Amino acid sequence: MLECKNVHVSFGILKALNGVSLHIEKGEILAIIGPNGAGKTTMINVISGVYHPTPGRIFFEGKERTSMPPHPVAALGIARTFQNVALFKGMRVLDNIMIGRHLHMRSGFFSQGIYWGFGQKEEIRHREAVERVIDWLEIEHIRKVPAGMLPYGLQKRVELGRALAAEPKLLLLDEPMAGMNLEEKEDIARFIIDANEELGTTIALIEHDMGVVMDISDRVVVLDYGEKIAEGTPEEIKNNEKVIKAYLGTAGRR
Amino acid sequence: MEEKIYTLPQLLLQRKDIKDKIAIREKDYGIWQSYSFYDYFENVKKFALGLASLGLKRGDMVSVIGDNRPQLYWAQMAAICIGGISVPLYQDAIEKELEYILKHSGARFIIAEDQEQVDKMLVLKEKLPNLEFIIYDDPRGMRHYNQPFIKSFIHIQEIGVEFEKDHPEFFENESKKGNIDDICFINYTSGTTGNPKGVVLTHANVVINAKLLSSVEDHRPTDQVMAYLPMAWIGDAIISLIMSLNIGFTVNCPEATATVMHDMREIGPTMILCPPRIWENVLTSVQVKMQDAAWIKQKMYEFFINVAQRVSSRKMKHQSVSLGLQLLYSLGEFFVYGPLRDNLGFGKIRYAYTGGAPLGPEVFQFYRSIGVNLKQIYGLTETSAMCTYQPDKDVKLHTVGKPLPEVEVKISDRGEVLIRSAGLFQGYFKNPEATSETLKDGWLHTGDAGFIDKDKHLVVIDRAKDVSTLADGTIFAPQYIETKLKFSPYIKEAVTLGQEKDYVTTMINIHVDSVGKWAERRTISYTSYTDLAQKPQVYDLIYNEIKKVNASLFEEEQLRNAQIRRFLILHKELDPDDAEITRTRKIRRGFIAEKYADLIEALYSGKEGVEVKTKITYMDGRTANICAFLKIRDVEILTGE
Repeated sequence: MLECKNVHVSFGILKALNGVSLHIEKGEILAIIGPNGAGKTTMINVISGVYHPTPGRIFFEGKERTSMPPHPVAALGIARTFQNVALFKGMRVLDNIMIGRHLHMRSGFFSQGIYWGFGQKEEIRHREAVERVIDWLEIEHIRKVPAGMLPYGLQKRVELGRALAAEPKLLLLDEPMAGMNLEEKEDIARFIIDANEELGTTIALIEHDMGVVMDISDRVVVLDYGEKIAEGTPEEIKNNEKVIKAYLGTAGRR
Repeated sequence: MEEKIYTLPQLLLQRKDIKDKIAIREKDYGIWQSYSFYDYFENVKKFALGLASLGLKRGDMVSVIGDNRPQLYWAQMAAICIGGISVPLYQDAIEKELEYILKHSGARFIIAEDQEQVDKMLVLKEKLPNLEFIIYDDPRGMRHYNQPFIKSFIHIQEIGVEFEKDHPEFFENESKKGNIDDICFINYTSGTTGNPKGVVLTHANVVINAKLLSSVEDHRPTDQVMAYLPMAWIGDAIISLIMSLNIGFTVNCPEATATVMHDMREIGPTMILCPPRIWENVLTSVQVKMQDAAWIKQKMYEFFINVAQRVSSRKMKHQSVSLGLQLLYSLGEFFVYGPLRDNLGFGKIRYAYTGGAPLGPEVFQFYRSIGVNLKQIYGLTETSAMCTYQPDKDVKLHTVGKPLPEVEVKISDRGEVLIRSAGLFQGYFKNPEATSETLKDGWLHTGDAGFIDKDKHLVVIDRAKDVSTLADGTIFAPQYIETKLKFSPYIKEAVTLGQEKDYVTTMINIHVDSVGKWAERRTISYTSYTDLAQKPQVYDLIYNEIKKVNASLFEEEQLRNAQIRRFLILHKELDPDDAEITRTRKIRRGFIAEKYADLIEALYSGKEGVEVKTKITYMDGRTANICAFLKIRDVEILTGE
């Protein structure tokens, strides 16, 4: 579905990504792991169009994607969540998720302004889609609560809702479970698996909780200092020497 | 009764052609989805025929488990229509309880709301030889469940439609076949001791009993009720299933447990039944919100609530209200009571009932004073719910009201409440010993201690076995004192002790929301429930609350010596998962006396505290140990005149 070839990204002399190639298969859950500063978030930012690789090439659904800003990338069917929650804090949960529908809205400024007629019909259609997401994520009780007033775990869930509302083909999740307790993690893991299986969404996620990564992902890519050091099924990764070294360091050898 | 009594299927058949009256609503996808009586009938019929084609026979047990959903109500009604017996289960019951009930009843079909409930049933499936089919309503997450015995609600209805092609008359014939003395429900009561007991009820029991209340109260087809109480509770079955067919009013199912209060505001129910804990929780939430309100609002609230209390207590005593007070009350109605009722979703309430456990008089009076027509009713599962009620013009604070017509209530020599009525159950399922202990000569021995006051109202003091005396002979009714304690917004649960002791002591559960907020305002930091509970400031807070209770006990001559002398705050909340209280939040005293024996000993030893270590059970069944040092505090008591 998506292929990145030989991606480089540098910030000054710091090479955040140094020739990383990876591919995401249609319908899979791919986990990107690695120690802090390995370049995981940079990779997600490259895929979603925030950064442009120099050099490097990105193919989405078989076609090469030129450098483009994030909003046309989103229009291609790539949605994401952020490591630090990026919701509109003063807006209700409902409206925050409705923003995820923005891409699918066709009525113009004036017909929305007049509201009756096309604007209304469209709003009802999108509201239904939003309500399905709300029902799906079990957040009915906070539908009309301003996002900023919610606890962190719920904000993360709302953000996931906004990304899902866009009905993406590829969903990028940047640490969807950071700072959550066990129960919240289990919930989110279930939503991720459900999104993958029930809605058929392809998912790439960054996560530090190895238990979760090993449980839910089909494939794992390991980054270290901007380079890909391993790739494979969770089982293979668990036993990979390089990965163990990157995570645990080498001990007892002189 | 002169008029003919119909079975539930017959009641349903009478309404099957009504397309313009809504029978049941459910909020889904943010919208209230409505079903007319015609839709209700059609759905019940299809599902019933589906069950029949799977082989359901007359007398088979069908269980439902889940939150209040139209589909689960239809499923119960469908089973009953073709001669099955509904055995509703508590959706939050633990595995052991479910296993016991399902084994004991021998249910062949289970209708589960969603994946969560199906998973619970799958764990038990091995141990339940009688269980043949698990039927789920919500398809979410169910795609991998390809066991042949798991079916979807829709699928059952589809095969029901097929079945009808070959057996077009089947449903109506079966529906008409039933007799009013057939069994339709077996409701298992959680009980404070031992295993749950299955209360066997017939069509006649539940239909007559539902009619009795409607015969004295003005229930109308235009009424709106909320269905949010556990479906396994007889009170919900009587209102949401039976009265709704009998009267023809609309039942509304909330979107999710967490949205009940909000959904209630949208619907504006005209009739509602809540157990005391809900009334207490709502009042606490009002009190907590008022503490955060602006200064002027707080003052207005305090002033007008005071006015309302004065007016309502005068009215209750049938005394006249002065013109000035009446004027103030109408001002209060405009500024405080009306908006408050509206905010709570009680704006259109004509009848509000509380039952199941005693409600503190202070809480009761609060609602009445702001214009909610709250009334106590008394009843047990064994009597098909209510058997006494308070007439509109005759509401008294401490009573549960007068017997319904055709219900006889008397007090035994030992002070126990005895009842005889058409609603009396047929016995406990497969438990003749328990039945013969409870049903003697046609009278139900309720196990409640009470008396009948001079206005012929029944007053229930406590469970008969719990009422005892202190060493000096003073009457000690623990629940009575606990209800008083629980009026405090800071106290969630209390266990009072004193049987054959020299004095009364209590173990307190703080209300973590309100105490937490209280601590926040005073910048008292805390980490956990246990930590908060043991803060000296929290002890001071509870100390003052207990002193208030002591003052009110002092006013009642017989109870003067039952004032609380010592107390401690428990390190954990009493929890049905730890078997300390029942699902309906009744305290299991025997169990607590055993589990907390060392705490109780410390309370009567003069020690200043006690070390505890308890095992707690998490939601997912894991267990952990909590260690804490619990302080014990003395309380001063009032003496003399």
